[in-house]
Amino acid sequence: MTVGLFIPCYVDQFYPNAAIATLELLEKAGVNVVYPVRQTCCGQPMANSGFEHLTKDCNELFVQNFAQFDYIVSPSGSCVLHVKDHLHSDTHEDQAQAIRGKVYELVEFLTDVVKVEKLTARFPHKVGLHQSCHGQRGLGLAQMSELVAPAFSKPEKLLSMVQDLELIPLSRKDECCGFGGTFCVAEEAVSVKMGKDRVADHLQHEAEFITGADMSCLMHMEGILRRQKSKVKVMHIAEILNAQEG
Amino acid sequence: MNSREQILAAVSKNQPALTPMPEVPFFQLEATDLVEKFTQVAVSIGSGVFQVESYEEIQEILSNDFKIHHRIISHVPELAPFADTTPLEDRHRHQLENVDLAIVKGHFGVAENGASWVTEEVMGLRVVPFICQHLAIILPKDSIVPLMHDAYARIGSAEYGYGVFIAGPSKTADIEQSLVLGAHGPRTLTVFLMG
Amino acid sequence: MSVEGHTKDHAALADDFNQDEPRVNWHDETLWFIREKRDRAAFAIPDWEMLRETASQIKFHTLSNLSQYLEQFEANAQANGIIVHWAADAEEHNQIVHSILQKHGVTQMVKSKSMLTEECHLNDYLEQQGIEVIDSDLGERIVQLAKEPPSHIVLPCIHLKKEEIGDIFHQHLGTEAGMSDPQILTETARQHLRETFLTRKAALTGVNFAIAETGEFVVCTNEGNADMGAHLADIHIASMGIEKLIPRRSDLGVFLRLLTRSATGQPITTYSSHFKKPRPGHDVHVVLVDNGRSVQLGREDFRNSLKCIRCGACMNTCPVYRRSGGHSYQSAVAGPIGSILAPNLDMKKHADLPFASTLCGSCSNVCPVKIDIHNQLYKWRQVIVKEGYADPKKTLGMKAMNMVLSSPQTFKLSGKAGRWFMKTVPFLVSNKMNPWYKQREMPQPPKESFGEWYRRNRKSNE
Repeated sequence: MTVGLFIPCYVDQFYPNAAIATLELLEKAGVNVVYPVRQTCCGQPMANSGFEHLTKDCNELFVQNFAQFDYIVSPSGSCVLHVKDHLHSDTHEDQAQAIRGKVYELVEFLTDVVKVEKLTARFPHKVGLHQSCHGQRGLGLAQMSELVAPAFSKPEKLLSMVQDLELIPLSRKDECCGFGGTFCVAEEAVSVKMGKDRVADHLQHEAEFITGADMSCLMHMEGILRRQKSKVKVMHIAEILNAQEG
Repeated sequence: MNSREQILAAVSKNQPALTPMPEVPFFQLEATDLVEKFTQVAVSIGSGVFQVESYEEIQEILSNDFKIHHRIISHVPELAPFADTTPLEDRHRHQLENVDLAIVKGHFGVAENGASWVTEEVMGLRVVPFICQHLAIILPKDSIVPLMHDAYARIGSAEYGYGVFIAGPSKTADIEQSLVLGAHGPRTLTVFLMG
Repeated sequence: MSVEGHTKDHAALADDFNQDEPRVNWHDETLWFIREKRDRAAFAIPDWEMLRETASQIKFHTLSNLSQYLEQFEANAQANGIIVHWAADAEEHNQIVHSILQKHGVTQMVKSKSMLTEECHLNDYLEQQGIEVIDSDLGERIVQLAKEPPSHIVLPCIHLKKEEIGDIFHQHLGTEAGMSDPQILTETARQHLRETFLTRKAALTGVNFAIAETGEFVVCTNEGNADMGAHLADIHIASMGIEKLIPRRSDLGVFLRLLTRSATGQPITTYSSHFKKPRPGHDVHVVLVDNGRSVQLGREDFRNSLKCIRCGACMNTCPVYRRSGGHSYQSAVAGPIGSILAPNLDMKKHADLPFASTLCGSCSNVCPVKIDIHNQLYKWRQVIVKEGYADPKKTLGMKAMNMVLSSPQTFKLSGKAGRWFMKTVPFLVSNKMNPWYKQREMPQPPKESFGEWYRRNRKSNE
């Protein structure tokens, strides 16, 4: 099994540690991982702003980069959801469709495909889990608070395998943080207010770290935490699942 | 083309290809004791519920709160002379404005939401259960159905000019979500389950 | 971006709303409280999801056969003695209502809640014709006295604090200054509106459901105001959008179970009134209104919005609505559902609304008829951009972003880690005018990108 590693553009540029942890986790799970270095972006920032018609070149490039793999795995629920829902190709539509069926967010790849049952990780901290909407409601990484259905959570299942990690409860367990792509600047006031409220929920429950499967939400909350001069840090779930503290 | 034709033409042009009417699944209420469930829900939405065996018992209970100087009306002959059962005329409906208590018979109750089904012919006039300050509804105890699906199965294709499910006293929470009973209609609702 | 027709767009009004943070918290918590009540009501029904699915399918079936159901309804309603009118648009609706009132020489009307009449701006129209309209739903009466539109379809004055309502009552209804007890204010409104109900010859109500099979229609209220108005008046006018139709009486079993649990968490409204025939000697008029609905029916991507039963659950759950308030949407129906309905009525005027969302998807999950609201918001964005209603600056930015992102060379060679991003991605542009930076720190660029790390640490497959 060969996995193509899809690292979203902003993770590549700002959060290389999340990408490195993703790579190492997959390698430890015995997966052959290839990172196509000509990759850039899935096109979501444009598409969510109403410019899906401008994403054709991004789409073609994505297909060229990833068509050859058994699976495509990425540490971002949002980018994966975009590929799953919107990837098309004028020249290789069959390949685009195939990619849409084999692209996975990291957490679901570990629980559903690799079927990880244990991890050798230790992270002795209080951690709050932010359920990013596109991962949770879009990809179904966890049960949604609105639906009358049995509870489950793929990220929580993995976090429970990390030694000495204490997962804190939240008052609103799956409220959006307000990042929302270009929403975060187009609707600055509401975006920040949503972010502040989300961060406050974690702080009230004494989180030392806020984690999640989407770095973009964490980047937004990190910006708020740092402005508040909070000691609380954000960390991508891959880094915690790969942590070897103590 | 008049508006009717114009709208119908636009709708038939734009409506999607016909999809079949879905089969409505058979829904069931978890609770088995319908009287208990009805009572529990009705009380939770602000109704009072009494189980009684006779009209005398109903009068006895109501006479705790309603005295000779109150205007009490009903379309239920058995409640005379406790209530004024004189037939009402539509042109005099505004004069019901000072009714303190109206007592009406309901056809049946619904366990899941504490509602009673009442139709025009048992009210006397349509405005009766709304204009009174307090309302009492008498239901046969064995008439409680589990869910709204059962309620409509029971109503079937019954003919009526006007019918209403009444669930609790008139209420509002429009001011800061604070619940206030007695918005425009009755301030209290008492349901008597008889039998 | 300012949208023509409005002085401010949603973002600007939301910014105003957020100037008073404690008030935003209060608004958010009040609506979240209703969302929690909705959750408790839904979770008490194990078959909830099956019920939603059934409702959604019944509505889709109805839309797929709407022209026939409309004719069936008309025929049955007429057989019941109801007078049926057809209005192609808001203006015709208002004219029909006016002509009915004129015919009977009525100059004062009492009205219960009808979002359709808000959509048609009926009150303004009738006032211009010299007809006084009094809204009888408590929340609607309050915003009417305050000369504001409702901010929520179920909770019209949810944006007002009780102290402000107390001031309004003091000014208009003579309550004691400073009195803000909801019990006393409600009692005052009861007395004031009872007088209105007893003296009006015409009453207008909305319609929650109309039944093709029987020609009856159903109105749901908690206050009893629709019934007080309709039963005391000589003329009852019921205004309804053509999408309010359902095929059979028994289908009410599905919809009445969902409506109020979704709206307020109650098991059912206090009154679910079935109007089938007029009282002898009195008139009942039903006005069937299109006003863009047949157009929306033809938009494949958006026709499911016509399933809406106006419960307001999507507003209560929407994290943006809760923190921007209903008035920021500048549409009779606010929130997520309003944002997919309004562009159909006037795309240019409401071009901002589909962007007033993070696409979190909570709206679609609470929707009792399973409208894919957040997907439609995404699709409206595409339509609005294609139709040319996007800000030209945004278009240029997006084109620049596309150029870099579609070319690996430009992407990799555009400089050291972070530099390219800081220049190109709109939300990260590094200067103090950047809205990101106003209340958030910028991400700190690392020493090297993952791409650079990978080339140093793993064999390249290039």
